[in-house]
Amino acid sequence: MTKPVALSANSLIKTFGGLTATDNLSLSVETGEIHAVIGPNGAGKTTLVNMLSGEMRPDAGNILFNGRDITRMAGPARVRAGLARSYQITSIFRDFTTLENVMLSVQATQGHSFRFWKPVSRDTSLIDPARALLERVGLGDRMEVRAGDLAYGEQRQLEIAISLATEPTFLLLDEPMAGMGPEESQGMITFLRALKGDYTMLLVEHDMDAVFALADRITVLVYGKVIATGARDDIRNDPAVREAYLGEEEIV
Amino acid sequence: MNALKNPANMFTAVVMVIFALTPFVAPAIGETFYVTVFARIMIWGIAAVSLNLIMGYGGLISFGHAVYLGIGGYTVGILAFHGVTNAWIQWPLAIGLSGLIALIFGAISLRTKGVYFIMITLALAQMIFFLSVSAERYGSDDGLNILARSDFGVSFFSLEDKMTMYYTIFAFLVASVLVSWRLVNSRFGNIMRAAKSNDARVQSIGVATYRYRLTAFVIAGIMCGIAGLLQANFERFVSPDMMNWPRSGELIFMVVLGGMSTLFGPVTGAFVFLMLSEILAGWTHHWHIIFGPFLVLVVLFARGGIAGLLAPKSRRE
Repeated sequence: MTKPVALSANSLIKTFGGLTATDNLSLSVETGEIHAVIGPNGAGKTTLVNMLSGEMRPDAGNILFNGRDITRMAGPARVRAGLARSYQITSIFRDFTTLENVMLSVQATQGHSFRFWKPVSRDTSLIDPARALLERVGLGDRMEVRAGDLAYGEQRQLEIAISLATEPTFLLLDEPMAGMGPEESQGMITFLRALKGDYTMLLVEHDMDAVFALADRITVLVYGKVIATGARDDIRNDPAVREAYLGEEEIV
Repeated sequence: MNALKNPANMFTAVVMVIFALTPFVAPAIGETFYVTVFARIMIWGIAAVSLNLIMGYGGLISFGHAVYLGIGGYTVGILAFHGVTNAWIQWPLAIGLSGLIALIFGAISLRTKGVYFIMITLALAQMIFFLSVSAERYGSDDGLNILARSDFGVSFFSLEDKMTMYYTIFAFLVASVLVSWRLVNSRFGNIMRAAKSNDARVQSIGVATYRYRLTAFVIAGIMCGIAGLLQANFERFVSPDMMNWPRSGELIFMVVLGGMSTLFGPVTGAFVFLMLSEILAGWTHHWHIIFGPFLVLVVLFARGGIAGLLAPKSRRE
């Protein structure tokens, strides 16, 4: 019962000077699943996300998205094709309100922005979808707050809401729990679980509780190489993985 | 009129009323000299408003913006030199050339960021400056006198008439503020402002920002080119000095002084900058000794410029 592949990376190689950040890496993400990528610091997880999102070009290998080769496609074009990302370090428009942040993202889905005259602040075709999305992600009562003044957990939620507003089919989530306390992490897990099924997700994450709570399949990276990939429970019990990675974090 | 309770808006309104009434008031109090001063200030105001569009709202610190004053000015000057005074030829050509040069310079410089952007805009502008210095036929360093102002070919609208000239400049100033107000709040402006604070994020929601920045750069170039063609007409004179790099620096300063990323700040900045240099120069020959430290103090202590000083504590546009 294999599902169609939404995204696949094939034999990706990326080096920075003498350092090989990505070493002949292949992985495939099936439509509808949450696929987690784990690995110790310096394993090349963010490099992988950057190549998938188009912010970096691999030196070799290719990337297929819904069967289409996107290796040479620029980042913005990938987003319009339905591949959105969020950032490990919160990347929002701090001086915009929460609502304005999402409105901008909605605007990006509505064709070009060479519209010079009509004010956005009264544009219901931007406001209504943005409001609806913020209600859905639980930021409904924080819409008029300046994004920089939101609590950290809320900013992390907004970060993902901005990506969701681009109407993606696929989400690249780069450490959504980064910097969160246990309670906030739990909130984010609930939040992401609610999105499951509507979006295919590639989840890069350090928080093992989150990974095992959310992921269908897991790929383990060490020094840019895939050392294991498989269903969640197989990975949890894989001796090589335990030795290389999980053992360090004392996960049972 | 709730908006007038904001001191910054009040100040704006006062400045605009002064501009509007000067041609009537100045002769009445025997100071016709102020008509000339305010016309000059308004021309610089248009140029500063155009720079604020890319610098204040787009984060693009162009250190060569005065070059468009030169392009607009020299187009009028050179055409007039060859006997072409028809405004319907001069003005579209001046506007078109300013836009074209901005397109080329923008396409090159917008590939860089930060200090490199500043240096490249400076270098490209100085290229045109040296071109004008070396143009012996058009007066080189000494500049070029313009014998006749742009001629619209209609009897009821002649720039040779003082009032018409003054209010034409005034109308363009009002138009430039109006245009930037609409632009900044439009979808286009939304992308510009967002890209200023976080370019990578705008790209990651699917917008290739380069084209938007380039368009803004061209709009600003055209607006400044209009200031240049007005300046050439008003002064009946163009010279390389009008586009030399200190002029670009002064434009940046007017914007910062008045308040970056505020609609009217650049006009206030031009007003205070030029009035103050006028007054100080009247007091002493060494007026730069006072003016210099004043500018430093403003940058150090009034982050939002004059608009920031006057605005209420919780400020939102």
